[in-house]
Amino acid sequence: MQALVRYIRSLFLVELFQGMAVTWRFGMAPKFTLHYPEEKTPASPRFRGLHALRRYPNGEERCIACKLCEAVCPALAITIVSHNRDDNTRRTKTYDIDLFKCIYCGFCEESCPVDSIVLTDIAEYHMEEPEERVINKQQLLEVGDRFEERIADYRARDARYR
Amino acid sequence: MSDQLITLIWTVVKIIAIILPITIAVAYYTYFERKIIGYMHARQGPNRIGPWGLIQPFADVFKMLFKELIIPLNASRFLYLLAPLLALMPALAAWSVIPFADGVVLADVDAGLLLVVALNAISVYGILLAGWASNSKYALFGGLRAAAQTISYEIPMGFAVVGVVAMSGTLNLTAIVDAQAGSILSWYWLPLLPLFVIFFIAGVAETNRLPFDMAEGETEIVAGFHVEYSGAAFAVFFLAEYASMILISALASLVFLGGWLSPFAGIPGVGKTFLATPGPHWLLAKTLVFCFLFVWFRATFPRFRYDQIMRLGWKVFIPITIVWVMVAGVFRYLGWFGA
Repeated sequence: MQALVRYIRSLFLVELFQGMAVTWRFGMAPKFTLHYPEEKTPASPRFRGLHALRRYPNGEERCIACKLCEAVCPALAITIVSHNRDDNTRRTKTYDIDLFKCIYCGFCEESCPVDSIVLTDIAEYHMEEPEERVINKQQLLEVGDRFEERIADYRARDARYR
Repeated sequence: MSDQLITLIWTVVKIIAIILPITIAVAYYTYFERKIIGYMHARQGPNRIGPWGLIQPFADVFKMLFKELIIPLNASRFLYLLAPLLALMPALAAWSVIPFADGVVLADVDAGLLLVVALNAISVYGILLAGWASNSKYALFGGLRAAAQTISYEIPMGFAVVGVVAMSGTLNLTAIVDAQAGSILSWYWLPLLPLFVIFFIAGVAETNRLPFDMAEGETEIVAGFHVEYSGAAFAVFFLAEYASMILISALASLVFLGGWLSPFAGIPGVGKTFLATPGPHWLLAKTLVFCFLFVWFRATFPRFRYDQIMRLGWKVFIPITIVWVMVAGVFRYLGWFGA
């Protein structure tokens, strides 16, 4: 009896029609694809992307070349050379970050006593030559200048959880 | 002399008027297929090039034409280049006898149905030769599988056609459609329902489409018979495959679904309004339904195993068709269903 039922089911293609009903249902269902360059997923203020060096509102760079970030960096991606500036303050001469070495852990940001080095939410950057992976102080400061408003906003929103 | 010349030119014009829309239809069939399958996979399908991705087929075509045509070192050059043409030729030649409306046909031959089925069978030579000439194991396996499969499914497809011929008493496609005139219930899909289903499934197998794409079998024999082909030659195989898919769709609409006859004819309320008027748009609509079914099958069913395909063809389809051909003969004898 069971064999007969199975035979009739297969003869009338019952299971095939069931399968086609499934694909039809999925074909009609609304799609949840995100059209990436036009639409983006929301990201947390804590997102760790490209690095930046910040300045104080008066334009003075925050970094005091304490080298805590260099020391804490687990990937040894940061290289700092310090010197005494003309006004006899301690500043960095070079501040290089190797983006290929960096693991974006955020320790540098946490260790920084003056909130100078930060990780921004910028994830869409690229380089065309391998040498460009090392970004220097100048570039880091430029990123900081360009996105200072956003960086400050995200830091303020995240402050009470830190 | 000039009369012959005019006939020749006129025929060439008609051929172009058939081939060109088919080529464009093939281009958009690929778009249609990718879009439908994308939707059934909960994806978007192509949507980057042009509005809704509508220019995508042309991007594909130009990409393929600009690609290098690679001929493997130990390939049989002549056969290797001949094979795509052998695959394409029958797929396009069969359109010569397909009527698009009453009397709108390039060659109104009496054995049109036979010609279409025969040309459809010939198209396996292209695949077989491609597999042989590529000098590659995978391609050879693809060719062998295609040959075995086409021969197996040729028979149930032929028997399905025999049922139609038994009912209509003619091999002329225009006459077959005319014999179905009446209402939607007098089309041959109803008395010949098993033959109709088997005809279409065998057509899917004949064109090597999923779930019967043993000849390609991406997961087993990488791409089967056309694994070594690139550029324009690959595009020709593509064109042939899709042209024969559209051909099978058109043929199924003609012999089982009344071709250009309106599905609303014969319903009392409709009468003689435009809904009941036969015309090529009905044929187009029916063909599109079958084209959609091809894609729907592809999105739904996993590939058959080789022995399952053979079992289905020889032990299921052929017995059913033989029985139903006899039933069709009984219908004919008793004069049921307008036979």
